[in-house]
Amino acid sequence: MTTPSTLPDANSQTSGNAANYGHVVSGELDVSHGQILYLEDITVSFDGFRSLNKLQLSITDGELRCIIGPNGAGKTTMMDVITGKTRPDSGTVFFGQTIDLSRMTEPEIAAAGIGRKFQKPTVFEAMSVYDNLELAMKADKTVWASLIARLSGEQRDRIAATLARIRLTSEAHRPAGLLSHGQKQWLEIGMLLMQEPRLLLLDEPVAGMTDSETEATAELFLELARNHTLVVVEHDMGFVESIADKVTVLHEGSVLAEGSLASVQANERVIEVYLGR
Amino acid sequence: MDSMNTPLTLQLWQRFPKPLKILLIAALAFVLIGLPLGHALFPEGHALYVSAFVLTLCGKIMCYMVVALALDLVWGFGGMLSLGHGLFFALGGYGMGMYLMRQIGRDGNYQSDLPDFMVFLDWKSLPWFWQGSDHFLWALCLIVGVPALVAFVFGFFAFRSRIKGVYFSIITQALTFAAMLLFFRNETGFGGNNGFTDFKRILGFPIAAPSTRAVLFLLTGALLLGSLWLAAKLMSSKYGRILTAIRDAESRTMFCGYNPFGFKLFIWVVSAMLCGLAGALYVPQVGIINPGEMSPSNSIEMAIWVAVGGRGTLLGPLLGAALVNGAKSWFTVAFAEYWLFFLGAIFIAVTLFLPNGVLGLLAKFMAKKESA
Repeated sequence: MTTPSTLPDANSQTSGNAANYGHVVSGELDVSHGQILYLEDITVSFDGFRSLNKLQLSITDGELRCIIGPNGAGKTTMMDVITGKTRPDSGTVFFGQTIDLSRMTEPEIAAAGIGRKFQKPTVFEAMSVYDNLELAMKADKTVWASLIARLSGEQRDRIAATLARIRLTSEAHRPAGLLSHGQKQWLEIGMLLMQEPRLLLLDEPVAGMTDSETEATAELFLELARNHTLVVVEHDMGFVESIADKVTVLHEGSVLAEGSLASVQANERVIEVYLGR
Repeated sequence: MDSMNTPLTLQLWQRFPKPLKILLIAALAFVLIGLPLGHALFPEGHALYVSAFVLTLCGKIMCYMVVALALDLVWGFGGMLSLGHGLFFALGGYGMGMYLMRQIGRDGNYQSDLPDFMVFLDWKSLPWFWQGSDHFLWALCLIVGVPALVAFVFGFFAFRSRIKGVYFSIITQALTFAAMLLFFRNETGFGGNNGFTDFKRILGFPIAAPSTRAVLFLLTGALLLGSLWLAAKLMSSKYGRILTAIRDAESRTMFCGYNPFGFKLFIWVVSAMLCGLAGALYVPQVGIINPGEMSPSNSIEMAIWVAVGGRGTLLGPLLGAALVNGAKSWFTVAFAEYWLFFLGAIFIAVTLFLPNGVLGLLAKFMAKKESA
């Protein structure tokens, strides 16, 4: 098993702040120490197979991080742990300094400000594109509030703005199930934006997209990175190259290497893992 | 994946030519108002007289329509197939039945203040849960409250444990079966396998009088229209869209920040209450309630009504309940022993050829006609 390698540009603050993480206050996101997401010693096993093995990862507020790694490296499991779908066997997951994600349910985590795009585009196919965005929109999401909810003018404007941003204005009233694969990917990204998350987790966002769609997606992500933190899992190296400032390589459930794409690609262990031994 | 179902009924309605719309509204008004008036105002033998048999049959079917709509809310829109909705219907019926038993007063066979079956069991006083059942308002509370409470407790645990799909269906089926066995026992205090019957009065009015029958029928019609209005309101709200979203992609909905638990529980309880009300109107019209109403096959039949009419549409289940029960009342007279085979055949045919039921077929037909 590989142990997480310490890299030259790994954030040196992480260990120093560990003491603060025992102090749990729910509520507002606190990123005063720079990190928006901090995973420490996360281990997840399925039937004895260690999908994540003492994973250490910290994401700085405002960064655009790409996560790469061969199949089975634990990328999707990591997303599952962050979003509450899978509970880690051990280890801690913190959102900012104070929010302990390992104690929260999926809807609570979403409400706290983490949005997730699935590997397979998942939209509400029976509903119109517009309704998809409306449902995702940040709002009071209790039963009672949804019974009496009415769209305000400002909310309509926000939906219209998002429609324009994901280039689906002309498709607004078509059922989402009729969109092309690439359009569904964009719709799902649009739904994330409507949630107004601080942190976006994107699992293979350009899978199945045409080259021009991929290019447009890269542009969109760079634009989003200005006021969001993005964590992108992707296999498409060209895409990674066009957006990433920092890349983390996962292998067998732990971090194998971390750094700029060039430094990671030059790393011998990464080459070994990708090309086989 | 289902097509965009919520507005299907409306879309269909808008496409109807005007004369057809007028005809449909006239037919509806005729059934809802004309039938009871025909029964109450004209003497037997008059050309416009509607027999008690026809009126009761239609009233009964309208109660079933409410049940079908209630089941469609949880199954068609919420994706939870309940095979135990007969329980809520029967509980509402028993609530009304208790009141009707108390209304018999001393006119029973044993001339006692206690209902006959209690005298027969040699009980000396009313059990605690019969207290207050002679008050109509309390009976009304039981009619709505007991199904709601049972649904809430069951739903609370089922949805909290994230029980879904076929497991959910099987557990609901087991629930109604267990309740049936419980109600079959004499000691349970609901008349055992005979249930309640021989009602005399409701609110002091003789229960079999033409005017009483007419009023009960009118109330059933009002319940049907009210349920339809409520269902349309709920399903066209944001709540309704979230419910269908949970049906189609539950985990996506959770990552959007919605907790499916409350959304499922709400519609589950509303559905149970509607069934309770339908059962309460069913009993005085039919004149009997017994544990047979809780038998699993009854609940399965309810699911068939919805499937035949069209899941996830508002009018579909009403149509399905009417068609299947209409066919049933004709079949059981013409060739009684083949009814179950016929019912099974309908279900297979609908599953294979009409995934969206009769209403879906109608919509398809109209769309074809338009594009031609």
